[in-house]
Amino acid sequence: MSNVLALIEVSHRGEIAASARGLLAAAATLGSPVAVVVSSAPLADDDVARLGELGAARIYSAVTAAAGTVLVAPAVDALSGAVDAYGPAAVLTANSVDGREAAARLAVRVGGSVLADVVQVHSDNGTVVAQHSVFGGAYTVESMVEGGLPLLTIRQGAIEGQAPAATADVDTVSLEARTEGAAVIDQFNDDAAVSVRPELRTAATVVSGGRGLGSSENFVLVEQLADTLGAAIGASRAAVDAGYIAQTAQVGQTGVSVSPQLYIALGISGAIQHRAGMQTAKTIVAINKDEDAPIFEVADFGIVGDIFTVVPKLIEAVKARSN
Amino acid sequence: MKIVVLVKQVPDTAEERKLDLATGQLDREAADSVVDEINERALEAALRIKDANKGTEVVAMIMGPDDATQSLRKALSMGADSGVHIVDDSLDGADTGRTAATLAAALKATGFDVVMAGNESTDGRAGVVPAMVAEHLQLPLLGSLISAEIADDGVRGVRQGEGGTLNVRAGLPAIITVTERFPEARFPNFKGILTAKRKPVTRLSVAELGVPTGASRTVVVSTVERPPRAAGRKLIDDGTAADELAEFLVANRLV
Ligand SMILES: Cc1cc2nc3c(=O)[nH]c(=O)nc-3n(C[C@H](O)[C@H](O)[C@H](O)COP(=O)(O)OP(=O)(O)OC[C@H]3O[C@@H](n4cnc5c(N)ncnc54)[C@H](O)[C@@H]3O)c2cc1C
Repeated sequence: MSNVLALIEVSHRGEIAASARGLLAAAATLGSPVAVVVSSAPLADDDVARLGELGAARIYSAVTAAAGTVLVAPAVDALSGAVDAYGPAAVLTANSVDGREAAARLAVRVGGSVLADVVQVHSDNGTVVAQHSVFGGAYTVESMVEGGLPLLTIRQGAIEGQAPAATADVDTVSLEARTEGAAVIDQFNDDAAVSVRPELRTAATVVSGGRGLGSSENFVLVEQLADTLGAAIGASRAAVDAGYIAQTAQVGQTGVSVSPQLYIALGISGAIQHRAGMQTAKTIVAINKDEDAPIFEVADFGIVGDIFTVVPKLIEAVKARSN
Repeated sequence: MKIVVLVKQVPDTAEERKLDLATGQLDREAADSVVDEINERALEAALRIKDANKGTEVVAMIMGPDDATQSLRKALSMGADSGVHIVDDSLDGADTGRTAATLAAALKATGFDVVMAGNESTDGRAGVVPAMVAEHLQLPLLGSLISAEIADDGVRGVRQGEGGTLNVRAGLPAIITVTERFPEARFPNFKGILTAKRKPVTRLSVAELGVPTGASRTVVVSTVERPPRAAGRKLIDDGTAADELAEFLVANRLV
């Protein structure tokens, strides 16, 4: 079976990124998954075991002093070493800031082509076929690479399921720490609150707030409903611009795309750029005081009303029914 | 300092954008073409450097069909000093690899200290072209910045990462890409619109750049349109709507 490389990102604190599961699952549908990992020290046994559980048949462990101090370049060097070593049928990275830059540079270096923001993969008689969700889910497009190595950036949270567990063989290589032509990392600033709420991209329920919340103090209303429903928190760009919530919560055209079972939009008008990030949700609920808000055009259940009166009652009503 | 800003003409996201179901390519008739907002933010950042330092030269570079001159004119009317338009029929439907190879050749021909671009376009959303250009030119890329300081001895900035931000830096020449956290672009003023007409625009063809004319290697296999969503129930709140919604959520096993 042909090898398929998956770039596994490891945080500067040494945690395997959440994208690893989907990447290895996608790799397993195309061939034999090889996890490519860059770190400053040889991989711990726990990490090897974890990657095996997630489906890695092999691990290409690149050890370099540049890990964590040089931006992206060590990952590109590791991937190109792994391409030479395994002659893969495809290379997968997360469609993350690091992942896509690594895929892009690797494509130029090894003469491959990028299939970007992929939501599903399959093999058609040995040809890698990638599926994309385009223009906010309005179209489903399939693409492939004609000649040359396909490099796929996989949308985070899009691939469901998990590859069969394996016991990974580890190939450890040491990489030179090159800095020429690369950017240097001076400092990591971790997000303050590590949330106990579900992750936005993969949550089954998302409660999003918009400019209608009016202030960051009022945004707690969104948090209260989210916590009642065990939901992740999203936001419109206007809410992010107004500083009610961090940019990482932005749903839409230029934010995160979500496809939860339930999406609840509070005080969001439903501009086309917002809808582009949430209209593939199974069920959409909207509460807005403007009867003509475009969000109602896509809502399965819409309430024309004031969020500050409706949402507290909704929280009570849901709590009463779940008791 | 010479800054080249990469601009892309894209279908306006405020309208319904369409793909041609037969070719999988963009239906250019469906929505108006505009400068991608993220590139306008990159241009704004370059123009602010020029505002503060008169020795700065800002060049707007675009690759696209003939009518992409509109977008170049907008960039010039905002304050860019000159434009470069890469236009060639053979670039029709170019994939990211071809686009990057062509832009890299044009950047080499134009010369620069810094290249600025948006982190991802609103149409392709691939976010790979600037990194590909950086690899072609063997340059550092500071990608997905939320803020940047550009000086003669290098660039430094804050990059939006997955679990937080990173402080990053590189020497010049370098490429940077900006995110939406950069300030919104200025509007062209009357004087800007008038002077834009007199500013120089260089047109470059693929042959002049010496990049291979081969077709793109990524191909679309199929394009399927999803049926539009139908609106469901809409209640005007008379005090009972919250209860009805809770009932709906329970009935549909959503809570
Ligand atoms: C290139 C580009 C990319 C973009 N990308 C995104 C993106 O990724 N995500 C995104 O969200 N936007 C994006 N936008 C912005 C988008 O066009 C809208 O400006 C934005 O979504 C509006 O956010 P909003 O609905 O919160 O604000 P508004 O449009 O101001 O709507 C606020 C709503 O709240 C309602 N409201 C106010 N008070 C109450 C109350 N007490 N009770 C109930 N309802 C109330 C109002 O009736 C109104 O409908 C993008 C724009 C561009 C040009």
